[in-house]
Amino acid sequence: MQSTRNISAKPPLLKALAVLFFLACTCLAQSPTFSSPTNIFAPASTPARSIFGLSLFVLAITAVIFVVVVTLLTYAVVKFRKRKNDDGREPAQVYGSNQVEIAWTVIPILIVVVMFMATARVIANVQKSVPDNALQVTVVGHQFWWEYRYPGLKVVTANELHVPVGSPTALKLLSADTDHSFWVPRLAGKTDLIPNHPNVMWIDPQKPGLYLGQCAQYCGTQHAKMLLRVYVESRSDFDRWIQQQSQPAQVDEAVAEGRRIFETTACVNCHAVTGSQANGQFGPDLTHLMSRETIAAGIAANNHENLRLWIQDPSRLKPGALMPAMGLSEHDLDAVTAYLETLR
Amino acid sequence: MATDLITWPETQEADATFRPFVDRLHEWVTTVDHKRLGVMYILYALVFLLIGGIEATIMRIQLSAAHKDFVSPQVFNRMFTMHGTTMIFFVAMPLVFGLANYLVPLMIGARDMAFPRLNAFSFWLTAFGGILLYFSLIGANGLYGAGNAPDVGWFAYAPLTSHTFSPGHSTDFWTLGLLVSGFGSIGTAINIIATILCMRCPGMTLGKMPLLVWLNLVMAGMVILAVSPLSAAQIMLLIDRYLGGHFFDTQAGGSATIWMHFFWIFGHPEVYVLVIPAFAIASEIIPVFSRKAIFGYPVMVAATVAIGFIGMSVWAHHMFTVGMSSNANTFFVLSTMAIAVPTGIKIFNWLATMWGGKVEFKSPMLFCAGFLFQFLVAGLTGIMLSAAPFDWQLGNSYFVVAHFHYVIVGGILFCLFAAFYYWYPKMTGRMYNEPLGKLHFWLFLIGFHLTFDFMHIPGLLGMPRRIYTYEPGRGWDSWNFIVTIGVVFQGLGILVFAANLIWSYFRGKVAGNDPWDAWTLEWSTNSPPPAYNFAAIPSVKSRRPLWDLKHPEDPDWKYE
Amino acid sequence: MSVATITAFEPEVQWGPSARGRLGMYCLIAAEAAIFTIFVVAYLFYLGKSLSGPTPQQVLHVPVLFTICLLSSSLTIHLAVRSLRKAKIGAFARWWFLTLFLGATFLAGTAVEWRHLIYDEGLTIQTNLFGTTYYSLVGLHAFHVLMGLLALCTVWLFAMFGKVKSEHAERVDTLALYWHFVDTVWVVVFLVVYVIGR
Repeated sequence: MQSTRNISAKPPLLKALAVLFFLACTCLAQSPTFSSPTNIFAPASTPARSIFGLSLFVLAITAVIFVVVVTLLTYAVVKFRKRKNDDGREPAQVYGSNQVEIAWTVIPILIVVVMFMATARVIANVQKSVPDNALQVTVVGHQFWWEYRYPGLKVVTANELHVPVGSPTALKLLSADTDHSFWVPRLAGKTDLIPNHPNVMWIDPQKPGLYLGQCAQYCGTQHAKMLLRVYVESRSDFDRWIQQQSQPAQVDEAVAEGRRIFETTACVNCHAVTGSQANGQFGPDLTHLMSRETIAAGIAANNHENLRLWIQDPSRLKPGALMPAMGLSEHDLDAVTAYLETLR
Repeated sequence: MATDLITWPETQEADATFRPFVDRLHEWVTTVDHKRLGVMYILYALVFLLIGGIEATIMRIQLSAAHKDFVSPQVFNRMFTMHGTTMIFFVAMPLVFGLANYLVPLMIGARDMAFPRLNAFSFWLTAFGGILLYFSLIGANGLYGAGNAPDVGWFAYAPLTSHTFSPGHSTDFWTLGLLVSGFGSIGTAINIIATILCMRCPGMTLGKMPLLVWLNLVMAGMVILAVSPLSAAQIMLLIDRYLGGHFFDTQAGGSATIWMHFFWIFGHPEVYVLVIPAFAIASEIIPVFSRKAIFGYPVMVAATVAIGFIGMSVWAHHMFTVGMSSNANTFFVLSTMAIAVPTGIKIFNWLATMWGGKVEFKSPMLFCAGFLFQFLVAGLTGIMLSAAPFDWQLGNSYFVVAHFHYVIVGGILFCLFAAFYYWYPKMTGRMYNEPLGKLHFWLFLIGFHLTFDFMHIPGLLGMPRRIYTYEPGRGWDSWNFIVTIGVVFQGLGILVFAANLIWSYFRGKVAGNDPWDAWTLEWSTNSPPPAYNFAAIPSVKSRRPLWDLKHPEDPDWKYE
Repeated sequence: MSVATITAFEPEVQWGPSARGRLGMYCLIAAEAAIFTIFVVAYLFYLGKSLSGPTPQQVLHVPVLFTICLLSSSLTIHLAVRSLRKAKIGAFARWWFLTLFLGATFLAGTAVEWRHLIYDEGLTIQTNLFGTTYYSLVGLHAFHVLMGLLALCTVWLFAMFGKVKSEHAERVDTLALYWHFVDTVWVVVFLVVYVIGR
C-alpha cells in the first residue's frame, strides 16, 4: 500500500524550490564563483559586446516566459491535484477554447517577431561590417596548432597571436586539413575554419592583456589541446613585436652542432626557420620559437624541460599529436634543444 | 474502479503448458506480431541504454577534474562518438518505434500493422545495424592500429571522415551500421503510415484518432523525408572512401559544408522524430491523470503538423558558425524561432488540460510533470541558441550539450519513463510497484538536474564540447565535478527502474484490463492483449470510446 | 464483472487491402525521391566546380534512343496492367515482356555509354567532381532500374507458369507504380545531367 499523503504534497514544493534555485543562480552569475578568462559575459571587443547585448535581451525575454509559465504550472499542480477527500466524480470536461488558443498563438508570434528583428540587426552588425582599416591576419588551422601569417607585414608565426589594442584586426580563416573553430569568447563569437571555404571574422580588443580560448570544432585526437592565446598589446609593443618577428633567425656558432642535426634530420620536412635551410610548411614556424610563452599550442610552458621532452617524444605531452618522436640520442637531443633555445 | 470491458473471457497465455525454451525463442525470433516486435524493440533499446550510459559515465569520470588521466584521448573520442550514435539510433529510435508498433494498432482497433513481415524485417535491420556498429570494437583494426570504434563524432563531419584523417575501418562501421538501420527505420515508417491511414476501425475518422496516433503519423512522415538524406549522404561517403569519389574531398574542390547540410537536413527533423512521440505520450497520460479530455485537440494536431513542416526548414541552425551568408543565417534564425510558436502552444494546451482537473500524481504523471517543466526550459535554451549571434558564443560548447540533453533526457526520456509505467500493466498484465516508481522519479530527477542544470555553466564560461580534458584555471572545474556527481543519482534511478520492471513482472499485482480508468481502445482488451488484439473489431463514435461507454449519459460525441 | 457490449455502427468505407499496398508504395517512392533529390542537389552544386578533367560539355552525348526505350516501357507496363485487369493473360505477358526488354535495353545503353566514357574519354568516378557526381547519380538510377527489372522478371516468371491472374492486377499495378517512378526519376536525371548540366 502506498501512502499518497506526503508524496502528492511534494511536487509543488519542488517546483517552488526550482524557481528559487534558478533565481539564485542568476544572482550568483556575477560573483567570483563564475570568474573565468573565457566568460562569454565579459566582452572585451565590439563583436563580443554586440553579442552580449543581444544575449541579455534574449535572456530577459526567456526569463519572463519562464517565470510566467512555471508559475502557472506550479499553480496547476498545487490547486488541481486530487484531494484525499475526493468524491470520485469526474471534473468538468473542457474540450478547448478558441479565444485562449488565439491568445497564446498571437502573443508568442509577437515575441518571435521582436526577437527576430533584434537578432537580424546584430547579425548584420557583426557579419557585414568588417572595418576597412583592419590589420589583416591569416589564420590557418592545422591538426593541432594554429598558424598566423601577417601578409602585409611579412610575419609568420604559430600558436600565439599578437594584435594591437584599440584598433580592429580582421582574421581570414583557412584550414590545412579538417574543420576547426576559432573561439576566444571575450573577443568574439566563434567562426569555423573549413578547408576550401575561407571565412572572415574581426576583433577590436579595447584593453591590453592575454585572452584565452581554444579550438571549438572537433578536429581529431588532440582537439582538446589546441589552445588559443591572443596577446593584445599597445601599438608600440605590437610594432616592436612585428619588428622582431620579421627578422631572420639569429645564427649562434655555439649551437652549430644542434643546427646541423636539426637541418639534416627530418625536422626540416615540417618546420621552417627563416634565414636557414629549413623550409617545411607542415609544422609551426620556429624562427622565433623562444619569443613564445608556450609550446604545443598553449598546453605547456616554453621552458627547457618541456621543450626537451616535446622534442624527445611529443606524445608524452600530447598523445596523438602529429609530430613523431624523432628517436634522437640524448646527446643530439641536448644539442637540438640548445639550438632551438637560441631562436628568439 | 474501471468497468472491465471484456472482449473475451480472461484466458491464460498459451504457454501455460510447458514448452521448451528453444521453441519459445523461435516463436519470438520469427514473430510478425506487432506487440512482440514492439517489446523486442523496447528491450533492445534498454540494453543499449545501459551501454550508452556506461559510455557517458566514462566520459564524466574523465571530465570530473582538469587534466584527469582516466582514459586516453583516443578512447574518450570513441566514447562520445559511440554514446551519441548509440543513444540516438539504438536507444531513442527503437523505443519510439517499439511504442508505436505496440500501441498504434491497438489504439485504432486493428489486429496488426499493415505489413507484418515488413515490420519484422525492419526490426531485424535495426537490430543488425546496432550489432554492426558495435562490431567495430573488435573488427575495425586498420592501418597502424587506427581502428576500433569510430571516433569521428556522431555527426561525422567531413573531411575528418575521409581516408586521410580516418584510416582503418572504424568510420565504415559507423556508416554501414546506420545505413542498415536507416533502411529499417524507413520500413517501419512506411508501415506506420499505411496502418494509420488504412486500418482504422469503423467510425474512427482522422479527427477521432487518439493524439498518440496522429503524432506518430506525423513522425513517420518525417522519418520518410529525413532519414533518406542521411542514407544518401552515407552512400556518398562510402563512394568517397572506397571508390575514390570526391563528394567531400576538399583537395579536389569538394565541399565540407555540403556534408553538414545533408547531415543536418536529416539531423534536425530527426530530433522531432524523437520528440513528437514524447509529445504523444504526454498527450495520452496527462488527460487520464487529470481526469479531463485533452484541451484543444484540433489545435494540437495542427500544431504538430506545423512542427513537422517547419522542422524540415530549420536545419542550418546547427551551422551558424560555419560562415554562411548573413541572409542565410537570418533565414534560419526566423524559421527556428517560428517553430517555438507551435511548440509553445502544445505546452499551454497540456497545462490547460491539467487546469480544472483532478491530477493524481502516480508515477506516469510525475514523469509527465517533470517533462513539462524540463521541456519548457529546454525550449527556452533553444530560443537562446536560435539567436545566431548568441549561438556564435554558445554553439559547439557545453551549453549546447546541456540544451540537447535537457530535451532528450529531461523531455523525451522522462516521457518514455512515463510511458513505461503507464503501459506496463497493459503489456505485462501486472502493476509495477508504485513506491519504487516514485523512488526512481526522485532519484532520477535529482541526478538529472545536478548534471544538466549545472552543465550549462561551463558552456557560458567558454568550454567547448568534445574535449577529453581541459585546462585548470578556466573556472570549469567545480561545475564539471557537480555534473559528474549527478550521474550517480541517475544511475541509481535506472537501477531502481530496472529492478521494478523485473520484480513486477513476476510479483506485481494483476492489473486487469483498465487499471487507470482510461479512455482509448487499448484499455478495452485484455492485459496483455491476445495475439488477435480484439475479439471483435470495435466501432467508435468519439475520440474517447471508453469514456462514452462509461458515461452513457454524457458521451463525448455530443460535444466534439 | 460486467460485460458491456460495444454497439455496432455503420462501418465506414474502409480502404481495402490493395489501398495499403499502394499507399506503402507511395511512401517508398517518397523516401526514394528524397534520396535522389540529395544526389541531384550534389550534382547541381558541383557543376562547374571540378578542378580538372573532362567537363560534361566535352564528353556527354544525349542518350536519346535509350531514353525513348525507358519512357516507352512506362507505356507498355501500363498496357500490360490494363490487359491483366481485363483477364487477357496472353496480352499481359507480351506487354510485360516488352517492358522487361525495353528496360534491359536501357541498362545496356547505360553500360555502353559508360564504357565509352571510361575507356575513350578517361572519365571515372575518381577523375574529378563531375565524374563522381555523374556516375553516382546515373548509377543510383541504374541500380533502381536493375532492382525493378528483377522484380518484373519475377512476375514474368510467375506469368510463364500461369500463376498470374486478373485478381492479382492490383498488386501488379503497385509494382508498375514503382516502374513509373523509376522512369520519372530518369526524366529528372536526364534534364539535370544532359540538358541543364551541359
